[in-house]
Amino acid sequence: MISYAECSARERLALLLDAGSFHEWLPPSERVMSPHLAQLGVPSAFDDGVAVGRATLDGRSVFVAAQEGAFMGGGVGEVHGAKLVGLMQRALRDRPAAVLLLAESGGVRLHEANAGLIAVSEVMRALLDVRAAGIPVLVLIGGANGCFGGMGIVARCADHIVMSDVGRLAMSGPEVIEASHGVDEFDSRDRALVWRTTGGKHRWLTGDCDALVEDDVAAFRAAAIAAIGESKPFTPAALEQEHALLTKRLHALDTTDTTDRDEAALLWSALGIADARQVPELSVEAVRALRTA
Amino acid sequence: MSDVPAGLETLDFSFSGGQPAGAFAPVLVGVVGSGNLEVMLEPAAGKGCAVRVETSARGFGPIWQAVMNDFHARHPLAGLRVSINDMGATPAVVSLRLDQAVAEITGGRP
Repeated sequence: MISYAECSARERLALLLDAGSFHEWLPPSERVMSPHLAQLGVPSAFDDGVAVGRATLDGRSVFVAAQEGAFMGGGVGEVHGAKLVGLMQRALRDRPAAVLLLAESGGVRLHEANAGLIAVSEVMRALLDVRAAGIPVLVLIGGANGCFGGMGIVARCADHIVMSDVGRLAMSGPEVIEASHGVDEFDSRDRALVWRTTGGKHRWLTGDCDALVEDDVAAFRAAAIAAIGESKPFTPAALEQEHALLTKRLHALDTTDTTDRDEAALLWSALGIADARQVPELSVEAVRALRTA
Repeated sequence: MSDVPAGLETLDFSFSGGQPAGAFAPVLVGVVGSGNLEVMLEPAAGKGCAVRVETSARGFGPIWQAVMNDFHARHPLAGLRVSINDMGATPAVVSLRLDQAVAEITGGRP
């Protein structure tokens, strides 16, 4: 068992895909790098923190991108975003069996300001174009930096999300919530709270991810293989179903009194999970079995 | 206030008299993160070993010179281009990354 969380982006590509099948586009030796970071006195990376290319997965042709969380928290800058968009647009032309996104990102790379924001919006549009063409987009989330901000939105635009229990997925990260709403609202140093509200188990129980796996590269590979054929048509009906799910969740909890209570466990209870307080202690296998629908 | 101006520092080093590295696919090891660096090795024309360092830790040129001298003593390679993006890695980390990169091109052979 090899920890997915502890691997670098390139190690994940080497271990998750069919051995030796990854062919990189715009590899580090091409030096397609951020035009912004050097001006700020910040070192750049030769791949701008993301590797993109084609490969095979269980013998089937896939396009894949892997974000490196250790470089600027996986932040999406102008070049980083353009590489993701280029991969998606090429997928429209070449029609691989699936597009895999090994996401690990805090969202927009704030150093690049508007260029980063525009890049993320372009990634969303390109991803939805790929979905509309019937090519499934799979997002794998299990890196130490989680998947936050604009990349959290990108992930939820995809057909299929695979998470490990150590993976995290959300829009605003813990520090952002604390900074804007105060420590009483959210204590970002309370790691158990962070995982109860953004972690893989929580996302699995609320239906925000489609597969919950162990922190193991082989488990991610197996889940990705299982999901390759699962295109989910992005239709008005599907969107309305999603809205209904979110409305139901919004009203599942009494939000008038929020003092000193474990809202994650209360939500799990409201969703029909017995003994919800035990969830954080349960194994991945046991939590997987709790989801009813 | 520090009298060292803000921004990146670019350092160039070159060595001669090594053994040809031969043909190989470019390799990249490490990640540009705090206290870490990325090292890329590429084949290059000529009989030298050219090193370029971009670092956010300014003012450590003599230490880089010593680290690269040690590297060239351990791995006297020619026809090699070494490119480094550094975010304040210590000399020991730099040396380990360089050794890791050479191990990648030689397939684990010393």
